[in-house]
Amino acid sequence: MPHKQPTLNLSPKVSDEVRKTTCYMCACRCGINVHMKGGKVAYIEGNRDHPVNKGVLCAKGSAGIMQHNAPARLRAPLKRVGPRGSGEFEEISWDEALDIATGWLAPIRRDNPEKLAFFTGRDQSQSFTSFWAQNFGTPNYAAHGGFCSVNMAAAGIYTMGGAFWEFGQPDWDHTKLFMLFGVAEDHDSNPIKMGIGKIKARGARVIGVNPIRTGYNAVADDWVGITPGTDGLFIMALIHCLMKAGKIDLDYLARFTNAPCLVNSDEKSPEYGLLLRDPDGKELVIDRNTGKPAPFDQKGVRPDLAATHRAAGVTHRPVMHLMAERYLSDDHAPEAVADRTGISAARIRAIASELARVAFDEAFELDHAWTDFRGEHHTKMTGRPVSFHAMRGISAHANGFQTCRALHVLQIILGTVEVPGGFRFKPPYPKPATAHPKPHCQATCNGPLDGPHLGFVQGPEDLALKPDGTAARIDKAFTWDNPMSAHGLMHMVISNAHAGDPYKIDTLFMYMANMAWNSSMNTRGVIDMLTDTDESGDYVIPRIIYSDAYSSEMVAYADLILPDTTYLERHDCISLLDRPICEADAAADAIRWPVVEPDRDVRGFQSVLCDLGARLDLPGFVTEAGDQKYADYADYIINHERRPGIGPLAGWRTGEQGLTAGRGAPNASQIDNYIENGGFFVEHIPKGANYYKPWNMAYQDWAVGMGLFDKPLPYLFSLYVEPMRRFQLAAEGHGDRQPPDHLRERIRRTMDPLPIWYDPSGDNRAEEYPITALTQRPMAMYHSWGSQNAWLRQLHGHNPLYLPPNLMRDNGLKDGDWATVTSPHGEITVPVLEMAALNPNTVWTWNAIGKRKGAWALDKDAPEATKGFLLNHLIHELLPPKGDGLRWANSDPITGQAAWFDLKVRIAKAAPQNQSKPVMKPIKSPVGQGPDNLAWKVGK
Amino acid sequence: MTALPDKTDRKLGLVIDLDTCVGCHACVISCKGWNTENYGAPLSDQDAYGAAPSGTFLNRVHSYEVQPLATSDKVQPPAQLIHFPKSCLHCDDAPCVTVCPTGASYKRVEDGIVLVNESDCIGCGLCAWACPYGAREKDEAEGVMKKCTLCVDRIYNENLEEIDRVPTCVRTCPSGARHFGDLADPDSHVSRLTAERGGMDLMPEMGTRPVNKYLPPRPKDALPEIDVLAPYLAPVDDAPGGFLGWLDKTLEKL
Repeated sequence: MPHKQPTLNLSPKVSDEVRKTTCYMCACRCGINVHMKGGKVAYIEGNRDHPVNKGVLCAKGSAGIMQHNAPARLRAPLKRVGPRGSGEFEEISWDEALDIATGWLAPIRRDNPEKLAFFTGRDQSQSFTSFWAQNFGTPNYAAHGGFCSVNMAAAGIYTMGGAFWEFGQPDWDHTKLFMLFGVAEDHDSNPIKMGIGKIKARGARVIGVNPIRTGYNAVADDWVGITPGTDGLFIMALIHCLMKAGKIDLDYLARFTNAPCLVNSDEKSPEYGLLLRDPDGKELVIDRNTGKPAPFDQKGVRPDLAATHRAAGVTHRPVMHLMAERYLSDDHAPEAVADRTGISAARIRAIASELARVAFDEAFELDHAWTDFRGEHHTKMTGRPVSFHAMRGISAHANGFQTCRALHVLQIILGTVEVPGGFRFKPPYPKPATAHPKPHCQATCNGPLDGPHLGFVQGPEDLALKPDGTAARIDKAFTWDNPMSAHGLMHMVISNAHAGDPYKIDTLFMYMANMAWNSSMNTRGVIDMLTDTDESGDYVIPRIIYSDAYSSEMVAYADLILPDTTYLERHDCISLLDRPICEADAAADAIRWPVVEPDRDVRGFQSVLCDLGARLDLPGFVTEAGDQKYADYADYIINHERRPGIGPLAGWRTGEQGLTAGRGAPNASQIDNYIENGGFFVEHIPKGANYYKPWNMAYQDWAVGMGLFDKPLPYLFSLYVEPMRRFQLAAEGHGDRQPPDHLRERIRRTMDPLPIWYDPSGDNRAEEYPITALTQRPMAMYHSWGSQNAWLRQLHGHNPLYLPPNLMRDNGLKDGDWATVTSPHGEITVPVLEMAALNPNTVWTWNAIGKRKGAWALDKDAPEATKGFLLNHLIHELLPPKGDGLRWANSDPITGQAAWFDLKVRIAKAAPQNQSKPVMKPIKSPVGQGPDNLAWKVGK
Repeated sequence: MTALPDKTDRKLGLVIDLDTCVGCHACVISCKGWNTENYGAPLSDQDAYGAAPSGTFLNRVHSYEVQPLATSDKVQPPAQLIHFPKSCLHCDDAPCVTVCPTGASYKRVEDGIVLVNESDCIGCGLCAWACPYGAREKDEAEGVMKKCTLCVDRIYNENLEEIDRVPTCVRTCPSGARHFGDLADPDSHVSRLTAERGGMDLMPEMGTRPVNKYLPPRPKDALPEIDVLAPYLAPVDDAPGGFLGWLDKTLEKL
């Protein structure tokens, strides 16, 4: 047949209209262009103008159309009519639903607000939900940070006023060596991919430290397949090598960190280990001009890193001395850690050497003049082009806080934080722990809580304890068990409420948290706790209210369901008060708005809280006349002021002369202004103010002008975290607030003010269970929401357990075989697959692919429900019993972060199976099942 | 059987960088989204929420594990994982066109894009059989053969801003691993990249002369391991006074 070519229309109409909003397929918060045809969503692409993704979009984002139209969407409020877990519900009206909720909550607020536990999961409106909880008056509020990455966030804030992801980013334009630790491929996903692409295009080196070589580690130039949980040892060996070789930035350490601050070195002093301060509480340093102590921020002061100082008969030594003593020790030499980390001493030296070479030999200068907080003018900015990134991988261990601290210390001694080529904060960070609130827990009947729930303790006086010393919060956050639990401990709420430890609650109220499945450790046990009854046949956790947009596993275990909208049907603000989307060079925030109206009887959860808040007469939610203050969430976003002139959105506020950014009165058209601008607002930091932010007066003044804080806040990075020392002092017997005896030794050991490493494997019985089992989330999928997505589930429909070749061989396994995986807590039987690019003592699988039969509108024979599985069945929220009768949490003893990645297992070949075990019985779907076939074209 | 044009004016195609592809599947789903809504029949999904979901995709990413051979320097080189996106390579000698019994498959004269005229396609599947790359799929709902169109309805589309007139997979790729251009023009961005980075044909032995090129991964795990006497790690604490002595001296110079 001859060549014949039809005539094509090469310029078909793309859409009727483009509506620009913010993605919510994960926590990355990219800008999206939603192409509409005939009033329907036709196609979603990235927004080129958006500061987060600059046009690109990941698989999840492009699959948003399948999410928005998912058959698993809930359709109306539901009231449970069968036993918990049966899935028997009846649809009710919103009036009835809100009457029920008010009827349960009003008496709690009147009689004892702590009987409400309100916890939100992957909530991106925490400044709002916490405001609601604070006005309700319960001390029991937090979001999901405690089971996610609080170690990274808290270690960063205590050390340097911010961590990675939302807090900061590598200087992608200048960095020449990028080292990433334990990064699962989800958080900050598009910016990291864009950054890696950018730096690889210019030939920069990427070093990946991760037991598993997938994703970013697959494209890393060098892969370090470290033994899980030993990152701290490796990092401190790098610190050892760099200090020993003098490859540290002494000028930076002297000027910008507490390395020169003076530590009380008298073991007998009640202030042993605390910093010497002046009467105003300012840290003192020895001024090299005078040889005398001076406040660190005094004009012209040149802090001395080496000098000691005697005051009132007590010798004070600079932090730098303690650093030298600790890290120059042979305990931290590469040879001392090689076996435990699984990295040869020569390799550790090679990496230390490369860090030193790039940081110092490839240093460069930018012609940006700036003035520091001591009034010194600098004509240039020195760049040290080494940058780091880390997330849950190093966080989710019981030694995670100290490991994250070590990583921040490594960055700081190289002088590479907030300098060109290094790691840079994003507004409103940098913000030191001292500028954050402290936790509040004082509940009053019929009144608001005495302040924000979550915060940063400075010492034992800030713990959330009742007068009798017991925990004020249901999750035991901010107690001696985990004093610095800045994000709360969501993973302990159900377990503690069920045990009545520290007390019983009445109502558990949760949002977007699949606690009856993949968001809980010990899934089976949690389900039993949710359904357990007391002697009189009543549920031990009497009432459960749950809000979700989808028919998740958790729905079946609630008594009242408040159905949420999809992300394309709602208002939201990604606020500077919360978890903003700023860039290192700009402050930015964004909105979501209903690009389509819901076709079901569902309401945005935050709007429901506005209504419920008014029904409960919560102070922040009613007018003086007692009427509902905010008609819905959009009304709140526009009109709420946290401080005078500061609201949820920073863009297009009303100034004295027209619209303004940052500070200003509410503007009734603000959301329209955002929509006109593509759904976001961005305000750039002036040149010269955009590096050295914690110490750069131009930045500090700009930040005050923007309303990020109310007065300049220059501060020193804390290599030495003094608040930790205050807890140690208490454990040593000093002070009025004393820890219980069974915790003294642990507090003394773990709350070291300089980073340490300790081995959590003993607590997890590594001698009997020698293999570490990990999970990662696939880049194309994120937590529960992916499995019901018709397009994404074709990419990752089930999850094998990946084993390295040696473990396959040792257990006589081949691809497609089944293995039983046993931990101290439980057993699962799952399909296996060999993977060579894997630490030889580690197995892993994709997280949250496995689904319960009957959930998510999937067929009961869906691979997610048959072959898919969760490692959660192997992980308990408590450590294996130690025989002392105590409940020891499987958490970091400093922050309470869930230690997911401390899981130890053993493996044995199993007979071929039809389904992964445990097999749990199906739950009845409240939404039926999805259609057989799709051919999704909305335009004709 | 269908004839190919004698020559094409341009050779539009993709250059895919295997050094930076992180295997995120963004291109796969963006392609699914655009091409479901646009050119030809939607890309359907069978058993979409069931036991064996299976849909039509014009672009898929496969991951391959590579075990480098041992050398005298590296006795146990670590294994690597290569993410490999694969779609139609718009071959100069496209066997999927010549095998087509109805003339539905054709290669465009002006830009070399290989397309299926769905109204002439009988869904016989010969083209899928002939393609050595597995780049064609039959859409089970429509009964026609589907393949990458290089977003022919985007790249010339005057309803899109000029910057967006690229295949949707290229526009969306977060790591910038996908490049689009004219490989017949030696000065084009894609031709220069191919020359600089040693861009390769996929399975050249098949004689298909693919237009798309793959940039190979750069050598990995090449950081040399070093002993104690590394120049950058020469200890300062061997000096008199040890580390603190060095500290004092160095501070004097600041």
